[in-house]
Amino acid sequence: MQGSALAAAVAQTGLVQAAPPDPDAARDALTGSFSIVINSAPHQMTVDTRVTLLDLLRERLMLTGTKKGCDHGQCGACTVLVNGRRVLSCLSLAVMHDGDHVTTVEGLAEGHGPDAKLHPMQAAFLEHDGFQCGYCTPGQICSAVGMLDEWRNGAPSLVTDDLSAHPELSPAELHERMSGNICRCSAYPNIAEAILAVSREGA
Amino acid sequence: MLERSPKPVVEKPTLHESAALHVTGTATYIDDLPEPRGTLHLAPGLTRIAHGRLVSMDLSAVRAAPGVITVLTAADIPGQNDTSPIGAHDEPLFVTDSITSEGQILFVVAAETRAQARAAVRRAVVETETLDPILDIDTAREARAPCAVPGRTMTRGDAEAAIAAAPRRLSGRIVMGGQEHFYLEGQAALALPGEGPEMIVWSSTQHPTETQAMVAHLLDVPANTITASVRRMGGGFGGKETQANQTACLAALVAHHTRRPARLRLDRDDDMVMTGKRHDFAIDYTVGFDDDGKIHGVDMLLACRCGWSADLSGPVIDRALTHADNAYFYPAVRLRSLPLRTNTVSNTAFRGFGVPQGALAAERVIEEIAFATGLDPNTVRLRNVYENGQLTPYHMTVEDSITAAILTDLARRCGYDTRKAALRASNAKAAEEGRVLRRGIAMTPVKFGISFTATHYNQAGALVHVYTDGSVQINHGGTEMGQGLHTKMMQVAARVFGLPQSDIRLTATTTDKVPNTSATAASSGADLNGMAVLDAATKIRDRIRDFAAERYNADPGTIRFHNSEIHMETGQGTLVESFAAVVRQAYLARVSLSSSGFYKTPEISWDPATGRGHPFYYFAYGAACAEIVIDTLTGEYRIDRVDILHDAGLSLNPEIDRGQIEGGFVQGAGWLTMEELVWDKKGALRTHAPSTYKIPTAFDMPRVFNVALLEDVPNRKATIFRSKAVGEPPFALAACVLFALSDAVASLDDHRTCPRLDAPATPETVLACIERLRAGKSATGHGTKIEVPATDADPVRDPVG
Repeated sequence: MQGSALAAAVAQTGLVQAAPPDPDAARDALTGSFSIVINSAPHQMTVDTRVTLLDLLRERLMLTGTKKGCDHGQCGACTVLVNGRRVLSCLSLAVMHDGDHVTTVEGLAEGHGPDAKLHPMQAAFLEHDGFQCGYCTPGQICSAVGMLDEWRNGAPSLVTDDLSAHPELSPAELHERMSGNICRCSAYPNIAEAILAVSREGA
Repeated sequence: MLERSPKPVVEKPTLHESAALHVTGTATYIDDLPEPRGTLHLAPGLTRIAHGRLVSMDLSAVRAAPGVITVLTAADIPGQNDTSPIGAHDEPLFVTDSITSEGQILFVVAAETRAQARAAVRRAVVETETLDPILDIDTAREARAPCAVPGRTMTRGDAEAAIAAAPRRLSGRIVMGGQEHFYLEGQAALALPGEGPEMIVWSSTQHPTETQAMVAHLLDVPANTITASVRRMGGGFGGKETQANQTACLAALVAHHTRRPARLRLDRDDDMVMTGKRHDFAIDYTVGFDDDGKIHGVDMLLACRCGWSADLSGPVIDRALTHADNAYFYPAVRLRSLPLRTNTVSNTAFRGFGVPQGALAAERVIEEIAFATGLDPNTVRLRNVYENGQLTPYHMTVEDSITAAILTDLARRCGYDTRKAALRASNAKAAEEGRVLRRGIAMTPVKFGISFTATHYNQAGALVHVYTDGSVQINHGGTEMGQGLHTKMMQVAARVFGLPQSDIRLTATTTDKVPNTSATAASSGADLNGMAVLDAATKIRDRIRDFAAERYNADPGTIRFHNSEIHMETGQGTLVESFAAVVRQAYLARVSLSSSGFYKTPEISWDPATGRGHPFYYFAYGAACAEIVIDTLTGEYRIDRVDILHDAGLSLNPEIDRGQIEGGFVQGAGWLTMEELVWDKKGALRTHAPSTYKIPTAFDMPRVFNVALLEDVPNRKATIFRSKAVGEPPFALAACVLFALSDAVASLDDHRTCPRLDAPATPETVLACIERLRAGKSATGHGTKIEVPATDADPVRDPVG
């Protein structure tokens, strides 16, 4: 296709201007050792300090239930529970979790295989069809478990009017508290129903 | 009134086939596959200018980088450097000379780890000549740039004469933006070399057959050596109909050269910069009408941004043309398309495929007539909706129109008239009291043509096996991207064999089981593949029935498959045998228990040259009503309530269809309100992550969301169990959100002026529209145009990850 005028004779637009220093030069200094408990199993790990918790789970431990959506902490697909609190594993370096207990979607159920007893949140997503493509589901479920815990402990949200009272889990409260987990299929109505069902059970 | 059938045959809600896998995180997507031994990880090197020439590329430092095994360019392609899905030969996989968009591929690095591959990419030294880019519709029109595909004209009657002769006429323009798919699972592929030229490519693709063909052309091997396979996608929305091919080809090329498995999952920013999006449109309209709001003639010019290659722009804009009437009869009409080639990503399929854009223009015309005549927009709608027997602009007779009935029914269900009166009163009171919130309400219908306009795409295959233990395995040419297709296909087989869903196993879509498939697109997945599965399963069932009749001396006419059993009337009375037992006997008697199935849609035809024919087997209908509230100080708004009445025929699965309607509507509302793509003046996409590109979250859902399926209205055509396609039509229903916003804005000058609110109606656009009306200026449309300065020092992304 023809454009208009030739703007500059030759422009250097290179992907980089000059070769950076060899990233392997200080390789040893870039690794870190730590212990971490993942889904009740203790691990002693040595990894590159730049490895995220998400990549540790997916690439080292083959726990691929936790998904990489945007890798920017914007979509919520990588949400896991660290010591019971929800954390975006793509924004968290693995070596920062020395001594932490991490629970992924694979660790929510009690037991394994056909006899496993689903976590109430998993059972509720099943019951209420809280997914379409399923890619956000592990993050939604982990986030919902952590969110209900925050709510039960009385944590307010952006839309809480009375900061001194225990907030009621209204649809607006629930939607605001789950707004960090994108579902591009917009299965939000069923997701909300599933979470509300669990909130009523455990209240 | 709506046609009612005496006896509904709607299936009971059935569990999503992968439900248990999804909630336990064990459903496998491409990037979750176990890595074969020796797998290489890839990263593409991309162009950073929108228009120019590649002068030189020094990749020596890339090759020398730690962990790098190979670096490949166009010179390494044994076959064709061409990924055009329509054979336009305008879409090379790798740039060789001419650069026509940011995000085109220069080279691909294969390394031992992903971090090494991504770090190595940045060592490339690339010299380019920069040319001025043509980035948007206006510039392309001014430059009289060549079209990406030929423009087309559809005419019926003499539109010019009809408009001139009409008592009243008006002209305007509606502008609507593009849309990023943001499938939550990005583009991903894993290529595994086999014996000789054989290769398996697992690809997150909506069109495995095309992926197979692209890889075969790329490697210059016959199609019978390449297998493309996908079990499920983490969302597609049209974004993996053709856009999966690049990623699959890169993986296949590396696997071909290294004889090692090759894996690529695009970084999200790269994905958003590289892959095509929904076409944005600027549509100029002239309409002739009378004081009763009746349309006499319509003339429209639909200009759209195609990006740097043809891709699917031709069929997309054809669909925009065939739906620029939405649900309305134009007595005389001329529709012209202007598909503009620009130096931006090559726009592609996106749920609705041009329909939402064309239909939005039709709804704007209705809105304009309502403002001009002082009639309620719904009155104008009802006076212009199709009656059966009328002709579309492409000369197809409408035979199944139920728009008037749906609009009337929904208006009654949601109390449109009463609520509208109440909103007007509350707005007037707010104005008196100096309060800032204003409310608006609007209702829009959709009439969506079902079938691929490319007639040959309307075929499908299936493969069904019954094993000797009575278990059933099914396979078909459609792909699962969250729309519930596989669940519906299992329901079809379960119904034929009288088995529970748990006895049916569905296997991954793969080109070596069912070949020569069409893309899972155009909402056609269940229509086409459902009939193919029905065909295959029925063939086997009939063989079992014939065998049972002979073996048990039963009357074939009495044999029923029900509840995992086969019920027969014999001379000795009723005989009941288990399905598995009869199957076992049939095997021993050497009865074939496997069959392929095939289906082709009847009655359809399309002549692209004349823009005439019978391109659609039938239409799917629906209507939606939105109520919104805006803050006139900030332009911010909230969707308070949405009511939808949608036609899925006799729904195959009402739960799945409800999910498609809710999800499609919200995605459509996102397109029209918050989702805004911004390119800077040099043609760099500045909204390349969800941090800058806003996608609807749970908090953006309508506060009240009532969705109803039209009940007991079977498809008049003999589709699979008289159901209707449901994937895309609800997307177009979201038009009512834009017109509800417009209704609220219009209250500021007492509904005297059509606000001509364009999309996306971001808070900034709404605020600008409010200020225009307040200043008493006649609206000009076009919303706000954000000028984004280009920066040379774009932050370099962290390659580790």
